Amino acid sequence: MDLNAQWAAAWMREAAAAMAGNRQRLIDLDRAIGDADHGENMDRGFSAIVEKLDADGVPATPSEVFKLAAMTLMSKVGGAAGPLYGTAFLRGSTAVAGKEELSAEDVVAFLTAARDGIVSRGKAEPGDKTMVDAFTPAVEAAQTAASAEASGAETLSAAANAAEAGLAGTEPLIARKGRASYLGERSAGHLDPGAASTTLILQAAASAAGEKA
Amino acid sequence: MRVGLVIVSHSDKLAEGLCELAGQMAPDVALIAAGGTDDGGIGTSLEKIQAGIARADGGAGVVLLADLGSAVMTAEMALEFLEEDQREKIRLADAPLVEGAVAAAVAAQTGQDLAAVVRDAEAAAASMAGAAAESGAAPADAAPELDDIDQDDTGVLEASWELINPMGLHARPAAVVAQAMADLDADITINGVDGKSVMMLMTLGLKAGDTLTVSAHGPDAERAVEMLGLEVRNGFGEI
Repeated sequence: MDLNAQWAAAWMREAAAAMAGNRQRLIDLDRAIGDADHGENMDRGFSAIVEKLDADGVPATPSEVFKLAAMTLMSKVGGAAGPLYGTAFLRGSTAVAGKEELSAEDVVAFLTAARDGIVSRGKAEPGDKTMVDAFTPAVEAAQTAASAEASGAETLSAAANAAEAGLAGTEPLIARKGRASYLGERSAGHLDPGAASTTLILQAAASAAGEKA
Repeated sequence: MRVGLVIVSHSDKLAEGLCELAGQMAPDVALIAAGGTDDGGIGTSLEKIQAGIARADGGAGVVLLADLGSAVMTAEMALEFLEEDQREKIRLADAPLVEGAVAAAVAAQTGQDLAAVVRDAEAAAASMAGAAAESGAAPADAAPELDDIDQDDTGVLEASWELINPMGLHARPAAVVAQAMADLDADITINGVDGKSVMMLMTLGLKAGDTLTVSAHGPDAERAVEMLGLEVRNGFGEI
């Protein structure tokens, strides 16, 4: 599938379905090291995006879909994921502004800007046990795929797979950012819920483009 | 025209309660609570913060104070969405929520400008750390003779009084003193801390029978000492 506005809208719908389907899993992950609201918050945020797309129709470009997603997540999520993913989609939206279809390079530009947005908003570095630990390997894998002349959809798939590996890598880490950081060493031995939701979002992007993730 | 405050918290009750608390010392300051999500749950709402800024802004600017992680991030987003001409007037203070809000509210009440309100809020963190480190420690300097105003060669006025009201220099009189001192053109130190900072005064923890020592320097130094002496001898109006 071409990475156009219809794809971007399909991505949001798949992500919403993934959040609904994984709501309890995210709640359980967050209960172990946080405040147990991540599943509920993400489900509410992405459902609200779908409601907006249903009510107002799909905008003309992927960039506009991402902007709609950003504004909705910021106002509806409630927890830290709202400003973090909101910033990610807003910066990503700006990075691909005006384009009707995204190339592999555009996917890299989108993911890089989104990741940088999360880093600047949350001040987390790789290894802090946050969504950055899924997002950063995803960006790197996307860069590698794009420079090997993969398609946009394949680039998304590479990113999603790397995010999943990054998520697995958060288990032994000690949290240094967010609510989980209050737990110190007791945060080790659990997957990070933010890295888990990042993985779900990127898998939805690849899946909406017709790639297995 | 006073600086307004927006209290950003995960909890609506926490934000409302803090506005109530700070409002006791700052009856004329716009204190707006932006707590909880749009549907009343635990979390933060960009829209509540944006609406709060609009309500708190009476022209002299607005200071935001926020509690945990996502409240800070959402407040930062609200600042980024401001129009260019508004950005100068709206600031997020890097301060502990309760102490920062009380300090900022008192500074705003005394008519301090935006930068001074932010400074007082942010100084609240230092005064907390200081209070923790110094709790139980005796004041280092021996107080001079009670009720005796001394003037040294450098023009610094000094005076001491014993506190006679049962509650000592608690929150309300600390606010009264800080407000009175803030209006004066003088450097004022009370028992070694800034006499214009309500938080610093509160952290002194002066009780009935303790000695309050002021040193003042500048054009209004004499007035500062007189006003303070009157307040102390009146037991801050509590006896």
